[in-house]
Amino acid sequence: MSAKQQGELKVWQRRTPIQHWLNWAGWFIAVAIFVYCWQLVSDKTVWMFVWDAPSQASDMASRMVPPKWSYMSSLWRPVWDTINIATLGTMMAVVMAFPVAFLAARNTTPSVRFVRPVALFIIVSSRSINSLLWALMLVSIIGPGILAGVIAIGLRSIGFCAKLLYEAIEEIDESQVEAIVATGASGTQILNFGIVPQILPAFAGISVFRWDINIRESTVLGLVGAGGIGLQLNASINTVSWTQVSVILLVILATVIVSEWVSARVRHAII
Amino acid sequence: MSENSAFTRGWKRPPLIASPWLRWGLLIGGMVYLVLAFGTLDVNWDRVSAGLPRAQRFLGSFFPPDFTSRWEDIYIGIFESLWMTVVSTVVGIAVSIPVGLGAARNLSSRPVYLFCRGVLAVSRTFPEIILALFAVKLFGFGPFAGIIALSIATIGFYGKLLAEDIEDMDPVQAEAIKSTGASWLQWLNYSVQPQVMPRMIGLGLYRLDINFRESAVVGIVGGGGIGATLLTSFDRYEFDSAAAILLVIIGIVMLVEYSSGYIRQWVQ
Repeated sequence: MSAKQQGELKVWQRRTPIQHWLNWAGWFIAVAIFVYCWQLVSDKTVWMFVWDAPSQASDMASRMVPPKWSYMSSLWRPVWDTINIATLGTMMAVVMAFPVAFLAARNTTPSVRFVRPVALFIIVSSRSINSLLWALMLVSIIGPGILAGVIAIGLRSIGFCAKLLYEAIEEIDESQVEAIVATGASGTQILNFGIVPQILPAFAGISVFRWDINIRESTVLGLVGAGGIGLQLNASINTVSWTQVSVILLVILATVIVSEWVSARVRHAII
Repeated sequence: MSENSAFTRGWKRPPLIASPWLRWGLLIGGMVYLVLAFGTLDVNWDRVSAGLPRAQRFLGSFFPPDFTSRWEDIYIGIFESLWMTVVSTVVGIAVSIPVGLGAARNLSSRPVYLFCRGVLAVSRTFPEIILALFAVKLFGFGPFAGIIALSIATIGFYGKLLAEDIEDMDPVQAEAIKSTGASWLQWLNYSVQPQVMPRMIGLGLYRLDINFRESAVVGIVGGGGIGATLLTSFDRYEFDSAAAILLVIIGIVMLVEYSSGYIRQWVQ
């Protein structure tokens, strides 16, 4: 806050002149970067296709209705697979995230200097690689199929679950741990009776939350061959069966909404 | 009850789910589901075991990864991903501001509110990659399609959080500005914007981070960026180049995450 002297009058200003200039320079740099990037985009774009897009879109939309409902009968199995990928993947992630979280939390890690950075690196690398990239990798290693999808979802979710869990561990009430320590409990007993009961609700909430996200992600894993409804989506798009595509999109929409509802209900019940 | 019986009786910890019916029901239901899930999980174990040496080779190729032989492609791909990230984040946020203002219950009229909430719901439902798939069909191969897909996803994410933040703001300040006779834009600029700005800058940086990660996958369906390079290197089983690309992605994500943490501290 500052004021500018204008003759007799003091006029209120939101920023001091230096703040004002810094603000201006920041915006200038940001805009310059954006304009430069936009230039690069524009060089790589065939604008004719872009101007053509609205008519393409309306054409595509007209081909998508009416949805071919009879195709639904061959979609039940892929939907079941999709749910399995998400559920089994989440279970795998949760099991592996549990120890990683304890190694990463400042108050439970055996060594802040050596073990914690390793655990944090596991968390970051699992989080920074998208589940589709994990799936791509696994499909080329263990072949296409549901198993690749399950492992991809699992590996992707470790980081997410472990990160939220270790934050929960760091926020526990130390006095409860101290009470257990005072009874002469061993290390595992402290963990079992002092720490785990405190993080169990958070743990359950995180698992369900991640399960919900995983349902969403597993619907597209089929695009790279890792099973689930994405396989049918890819096949239908490649064979330009737009009426099937619209059915699949509606099914994905319904699955996502139902899973979101279930997850919200469960989390509401826990917390 | 004598004093001793309290000790001899023993102690059991209270269960997480209090109702025994629900607890056992969930347990049995879970068991049945697992049996069914594993029963229908058809896995070609021969193919999996054939893949194990390949997995070993892949892991081995991380030590050391091969940055040099495909460096040209990696550089172009990563650079493309980076500018796609910048453009899509800026465009997405720019569009999501009016939508977010419209979707805030305390700012807009009922029809506008419903319309904007509808826009947000639709753009949030589908994963980035499906949006990219359709964008590629409409705009042709290339980064433009990826940018459109990422921008739409950004609108859903950012607009929703902006609307929620505005709904949570302190109405007293807004009223104070309004009572000075400020115009609607002045009111927005001096009462709403300062309240939501710190959090929204943080979320913008977070979205930048997400968009970079997602820009690595839109390439798989032809939306430009590093994804196409990665796909090619997997298809050719050039695992050492793939490892290099993955390490570059991890490195950049870490860099963005740490620097956005600093900027966030500085802003708040």
